[in-house]
Amino acid sequence: MNCTKCPTSTRAVIGLPRHNAAFCKSCFITFVHEQVARAIKSFKMLSHEDRILVAVSGGKDSLALWHILLTLGYRADALYVNLGIGSYSEESHRKVRHYADTVAAGYGAKLLVHVVEQEAGAGIRELATILHRPTCSTCGTIKRYQFNRAAIEQEYDVMATGHNLDDEAARLLGNVLHWQNDYLDKQSPTLPASVEGFAKKVKPLCRLSEREIAAYAVVNRLDYIVEECPMAKGSKMILYKEVLNRLETESPGTKQRFYWGFLDKQAKPDAPAESMADKDQRTLVPCDSCGQPTTAGTCTYCKMMAKAKRSAV
Amino acid sequence: MLVQLSHPNRQVEIKGPKRTKDLLRELNLVMEAHLVIRGDELVTEDEILADADQIEIRPVISGGI
Repeated sequence: MNCTKCPTSTRAVIGLPRHNAAFCKSCFITFVHEQVARAIKSFKMLSHEDRILVAVSGGKDSLALWHILLTLGYRADALYVNLGIGSYSEESHRKVRHYADTVAAGYGAKLLVHVVEQEAGAGIRELATILHRPTCSTCGTIKRYQFNRAAIEQEYDVMATGHNLDDEAARLLGNVLHWQNDYLDKQSPTLPASVEGFAKKVKPLCRLSEREIAAYAVVNRLDYIVEECPMAKGSKMILYKEVLNRLETESPGTKQRFYWGFLDKQAKPDAPAESMADKDQRTLVPCDSCGQPTTAGTCTYCKMMAKAKRSAV
Repeated sequence: MLVQLSHPNRQVEIKGPKRTKDLLRELNLVMEAHLVIRGDELVTEDEILADADQIEIRPVISGGI
């Protein structure tokens, strides 16, 4: 497979069926940067004057986000929350520290660290047991709180997270399956600082799939933690992502249409409620051949039959 | 070819030559959820992998939100 963008047919490193494209290393990096720039512009996420705090975990998404923002010339520091999950936290902390020291420091960016055990007296696993709450929910609450607190206290203009297209599509699927309408309102890639004490939050990777971001990390030699968080085993989000990936494999572009379609509908002002009967009366006319209701002059059935008769002659 | 897999970490020996997409199919894995890396370079699904190749199939799904 060759790059569909290069005039000299360079060997592609990744095929992107949803875009009907394949890219070499250089064109793929350009593609990723363009997608992030488009998300930042269309959802009014960031300006080059903003001081940004990136929430990093040592995984591919957050490290790639930090890398992309620095490469695009943004002023981005990062915060890592050490959750105290044994060797998993030690390894992820090491990866973040390595990136901060070897790459981010060269851009003048710094890494902030919050250690849950130091403040709460216990790691996330023990806290979840004490609180009788699921570990992922306890983790989410602590991370959201600490990232927001650091952004506010250290006067960052905006907080950026590495949520990608798959994260958002899976979350949307979960919210729709359970009709969690209140959560749907909070699925925008840009959440304003709605009240005093809340930092503005943005998701610049929302146009990129999880696979595209992992590929970006590999071609840029970003050393991220491949191992899955041991606490996430059996999570509903993973199940939703697996289901969406099966659909994507059969019908490329499904995840994008699902999530972007939702955002498009969300962006439009509420249309006045119109009943199905009202809509039908406004849009349907009698077929000029058979008289049954149709949106066009001749209904699809009559067109089909006319074509069939012509072919049979 | 020696194929490195994750979750759980393990290695399997697969007979080549074989296209990337056929290797994934044989292991019952979908391309959308994985990257295939030969040595340290990404390969596309139509690439032919040889017996001598060292292959890593890296999952891309993460569960944390």
